[in-house]
Amino acid sequence: MFGLNRKDATLLAIVAALIVFAPFILNPFPAESGWAQFNAGYPDLMQRFVIFGIFAIGFNILFGLTGYLSFGHAAFLGVGSYAAVWMFKLLSMNVIPAIILAVITAGLFALVIGYVSLRRSGIYFSILTLAFAQMSFALAYSVLTPITGGETGLQLALDDPRILDAAAAGGNIPVPSLFGMEMRDSVDLTFGAWVFTFNFGYYFCGLVMLIAFYLSIRIFRSPFGMMLRAVKSNQQRLNYTGLNPRPYTLAAFVISGMYAGLAGGLMASMDPLAGAERMFWTASGEVVLMTILGGVGTLIGPVLGAGMIKYMENIISKINSDILHTWFAFLPDGLEDVVVGLIYPFIGKGWHLTLGIVFMLVVIFLPGGLVQGGQKIAAVFRRRSANAGGAEAEAAKQNPAE
Amino acid sequence: MDAIILQILNGLDKGSAYALIALGLTLIFGTLGVVNFAHGALFMIGAFCAVTLSRLLSLSHQVAVPGEVDFLGNPKMREVPYAYDIFGENLGATIIDWAVPLSILFAIPVMIGIGVIMERGLIKHFYKRPHADQILVTFGLAIVLQEIIKFYYGANPIPTPAPSAFVGSFDFGALIGFDPGTIIYPYWRLVYFAFAVVIIGAVFAFLQFTTFGMVVRAGMADRETVGLLGINIDKRFTIMFGLAAAVAGLAGVMYTPINSPNYHMGMDFLVLSFVVVVVGGMGSLPGAVLAGFLLGILESFASMREVIAIVPGINQVVIYLVAIIILLTRPRGLMGRKGVMED
Repeated sequence: MFGLNRKDATLLAIVAALIVFAPFILNPFPAESGWAQFNAGYPDLMQRFVIFGIFAIGFNILFGLTGYLSFGHAAFLGVGSYAAVWMFKLLSMNVIPAIILAVITAGLFALVIGYVSLRRSGIYFSILTLAFAQMSFALAYSVLTPITGGETGLQLALDDPRILDAAAAGGNIPVPSLFGMEMRDSVDLTFGAWVFTFNFGYYFCGLVMLIAFYLSIRIFRSPFGMMLRAVKSNQQRLNYTGLNPRPYTLAAFVISGMYAGLAGGLMASMDPLAGAERMFWTASGEVVLMTILGGVGTLIGPVLGAGMIKYMENIISKINSDILHTWFAFLPDGLEDVVVGLIYPFIGKGWHLTLGIVFMLVVIFLPGGLVQGGQKIAAVFRRRSANAGGAEAEAAKQNPAE
Repeated sequence: MDAIILQILNGLDKGSAYALIALGLTLIFGTLGVVNFAHGALFMIGAFCAVTLSRLLSLSHQVAVPGEVDFLGNPKMREVPYAYDIFGENLGATIIDWAVPLSILFAIPVMIGIGVIMERGLIKHFYKRPHADQILVTFGLAIVLQEIIKFYYGANPIPTPAPSAFVGSFDFGALIGFDPGTIIYPYWRLVYFAFAVVIIGAVFAFLQFTTFGMVVRAGMADRETVGLLGINIDKRFTIMFGLAAAVAGLAGVMYTPINSPNYHMGMDFLVLSFVVVVVGGMGSLPGAVLAGFLLGILESFASMREVIAIVPGINQVVIYLVAIIILLTRPRGLMGRKGVMED
């Protein structure tokens, strides 16, 4: 199917099913119950899941395949956002031209930065990308204020030209749309005590992510992808074979920059404003965390990692000590306080601490991320059920995380 | 002329901080070959050592004021720091006033301890892993340390004043024959600079003139041969890690009066310190110090109004711009040695 082998086609189908049914899967608790705060099925968060999924998929094409660790990828996301918002301001509220421009601008930006940065490798490459991203951030904050809106960020205004659209009716700022269908349109489906929200913007992002995911599978399986893996495993040998790795790594850099631009454009399409803080180096660090956590070099890993971090950021961070006390109310008073006191630093505002610890554990013990962890567990079960002396586990070891 | 001197002076304090952090980073990199992204966190922990000590010293208890009652007839209460009880009123007040410099004594063992635990507990297992893994795990560690500090001290900056003897500025211009009032410079920044020079000098002297330092330098040049000579080089390198942590921590302690410490100050300095290390040349100690001061001064020159008028925004990007140019034209940095991290 679509030029994929059966395994990849299954993976693609699973991702498609996850995207389609996400409003159900992420809303397992009735709307009025005490557990409703763990429901992640609201449009804003679901959009973020898929948008950061795209960002991480793109980052993985660079880091997972070539091993070049970029610490400045958020710059491309920021540039994409700015480009998209400018398109909304100047041309039309339709998201298609905005996203196209976002991808192209980010791609060009990545071409320039990549051309310079890829002259070095290893830690120097990391620091060069970091320096470029920090420079873009500083410039967007200060000198480029006419273009970027500086500290307030770039916003839509009533008197924007928008040459393709009719004048804004009723003095309201128009919202991004796809040929008349507004991104924020939602349909609520009530099913007993459960409420499921189907948001047009989310499904649009989901479709884009599916295409992005499909493209990344094709890149992973292509001769080009093999070439990138060769760069990762031994660049020197590649040189000695008479092949110049630079064009390949540069292409990978530009592609992953375009993915980041796409994510930025989508972000602006969901909420038409762009700020410089999206380019700050911690934002670049976040996509690194996502990719590693999920499983670097695997297809599905970055999406899982992005989902996990965004879930923690939005859901775990909301738990406060009162909620903890109600959970552990069944314990004797003294013990309750002790348990709550032990857990409290790791949730709520301290979710970063949990993230940092989980991330360290993953880097130390599971370099293949959650995907590798899943494979290991699966291998244990298979060995037990098949009782075949671990032949398959051996096979799993030889085919590292894909 | 006076403007130039003023900018050089302004660059010195930031440059000192860059130089001290970069020195520690280079020590770790040169000895253990590890890229330590948690070094900024060590700087931050040092700063919070000062906060902790000044809080400990000003712990107080309530004492009734004899002969005075409030309108309910209860004796009036007054906060008296325990330091007054232990050291007497005058000495106690002085000690509280000098909390930040005193923190140096407190921070050295703490930082060496943290450094040794970090190296033995975590970094040791990453010598053979790729540099990307080292960056990632220390990045994770930095997040964890930062969040622990945030949990105990909150997210807001905590003002920690310098001893009152060093509060205020002095007229540097009048001292060297300019018109009074042209070059005004805060005392504490001068103290910071002097302190940085002393620390840097001490580290270099330690490496240059002691047997221990000689062994460490030999190990930096060729670890294997030193090991074959029957010297336990790992143990010495662990101590060097502790020492590098202490240097970063002391830089943090003394920086508190200049900039109120908050939990992410380490990360802010880390990015720039890495740039400094790269500009100076990976693994070169004099290079790190030189680049630290140079970039600090360059940054303060770039923020002059006259310069900004010509090239707007240059003050924000000058360091990164210099780093990019250096990396592309002199890949080894200003004073990098051949064969050190050239991939």
